[in-house]
Amino acid sequence: MRQDLTIIANWVEPNSRVLDLACGDGELLHYLEENKGVVGYGLEIDAEQITACIARGVDVLEQDLNRGLSNFANSSYDTVIMTQALQVLRRQDLALDEMLRVGQEAIVTFPNFAHWTNRFYLSWKGQMPMSKTLPHQWYDTPNIHLFTFKDFEALCHKKGLKILDRAVGDFAYKSHWKARLWPNLFGEVAIYRIGR
Amino acid sequence: MTASSTGEVFPPTHSVGLVEPQVCQFNQPLHLASGSVLQDWQLMIETYGELNTDASNAVLICHALSGNHHAAGYHSEDDTKPGWWDAYIGPGKPIDTQHFFVVSLNNLGGCHGSTGPSSIDPATGQPFGPDFPVLTVSDWVDSQALLADRLGIQQWAAIVGGSLGGMQVLEWSLRYPQRLRHAVVVASSPKLSAQNIAFNEVARQAIMSDPEFCDGRYQEADVIPRHGVALARMVGHITYLSEHSMGEKFGRDLRTDKLNYGFGIDFEVESYLRYQGKSFSERFDANTYLLMTKALDYFDPAKTFDGDLVKALAPIQCRFLVVSFSTDWRFSPRHSEELVNALTAAQKRVSYARIKSPHGHDAFLIPDERYEAVFTAFMQRAAQEIKQGEAS
Repeated sequence: MRQDLTIIANWVEPNSRVLDLACGDGELLHYLEENKGVVGYGLEIDAEQITACIARGVDVLEQDLNRGLSNFANSSYDTVIMTQALQVLRRQDLALDEMLRVGQEAIVTFPNFAHWTNRFYLSWKGQMPMSKTLPHQWYDTPNIHLFTFKDFEALCHKKGLKILDRAVGDFAYKSHWKARLWPNLFGEVAIYRIGR
Repeated sequence: MTASSTGEVFPPTHSVGLVEPQVCQFNQPLHLASGSVLQDWQLMIETYGELNTDASNAVLICHALSGNHHAAGYHSEDDTKPGWWDAYIGPGKPIDTQHFFVVSLNNLGGCHGSTGPSSIDPATGQPFGPDFPVLTVSDWVDSQALLADRLGIQQWAAIVGGSLGGMQVLEWSLRYPQRLRHAVVVASSPKLSAQNIAFNEVARQAIMSDPEFCDGRYQEADVIPRHGVALARMVGHITYLSEHSMGEKFGRDLRTDKLNYGFGIDFEVESYLRYQGKSFSERFDANTYLLMTKALDYFDPAKTFDGDLVKALAPIQCRFLVVSFSTDWRFSPRHSEELVNALTAAQKRVSYARIKSPHGHDAFLIPDERYEAVFTAFMQRAAQEIKQGEAS
């Protein structure tokens, strides 16, 4: 399984209720159901990914996250997860509100735009950075709101949200002493667990 | 396989081939929601595929308003058209007859061989006509449960239906929750909207205001209210298509190359609708049409729970697949989403796909790559469970 999913799986309580936003092919939910007795649904908008979820027996609902989660009641899930999708949404602040309205906790992962390679790319090449974590051109990228670890933590602070856990690593989520020391410069991706 | 007169090989690939309807006679009273009782009754059915030894691979097909037992295959090599859901039932199709034993029936009250208004009432020796009791979706499900008993099927691997058929699937999951493992509800609704009931009422009024309806005793008068039935079908047909699909199919094409400045047929769409209405009126019973639309209108499982659908869904034990179509305005995606949201709030297992299709409500009958993929994936899970059950 992907390294980030392994870390997330360790943060999810056994036998809890989980909503996985932009669940992809359902790999994480499938793992959580099989190994931790978790129940819940994946939300996805991509046709092929939805079929893949159904094929592996993961309950998946076709839903556009930009329209919020109004069909889910307050505090109806223990954990609401969103991996590598926050940056494609129109309003991250509202998405976080919705995640923590529906869930007791939220887990999010996203690429760090302040990673040193991005800074280098922009300052030396004068072009929008491209990398393994940001493989798209500026004009066709789904990542419409790129941000940094610092930005995210500032938003959490402003909203009074608690950061309960953080894991910072490179593309493969491998931790490194530099990333631990200067996460916003050397961390490529991060996983945050947040709550109210 | 044989070659037909047209030179094409029969049966076509992925077809269940030649099928034969059979009658199941029941000599046991069926107590209906209306309080009436049907003493002796029969169901016309078709089956495709083989029932396995522990009877765990059975799939029930529930039909929509004008459907019947002939869901797949051909009755003769000369048939121009296969059964109404042939695109989805057969070897290698979503409901794969290599894995499943498929049962399809004509519902009670129907006009294709099951006991209905055009059957003879043993009490009078005359056709039931308007005296045939009004049926509900739960009555149909009760009769289908007795059919399952008869066939030795304790638990269906899946029950599947579109539109009014989807309502029967939902009712099964509530009324006999232990008797199905998977439910597929396509282009359906947990209850009709006022607009939907209104369309049904227009259809009924069209039929009942035809002078040849004779208060429902047209058989005894040896006439058919064909204008009324045709009109009802024309209205219905418009609501099954989308504005886009009608536009694509007919546009403003003229039947001849000029306007007639009269009230006859000018446009292709008029000709098409008249043809649809006429051919339908020749094969469908007026009283059955009235009865089926009423069953649609009455369906509302949340009603006995003060309108709380989440509470109503509490008994459910099976897994659901709910499918809607983007341009369906008769049973719009909003209807399916109402069911999906109630299922998730009730913490039931459900997957939901909203298929992009230009075909309106009719999309549930028409081949579509994504619809087939989702449907197949879900049914394959059901098939895998059967294999695991056999192995253990």
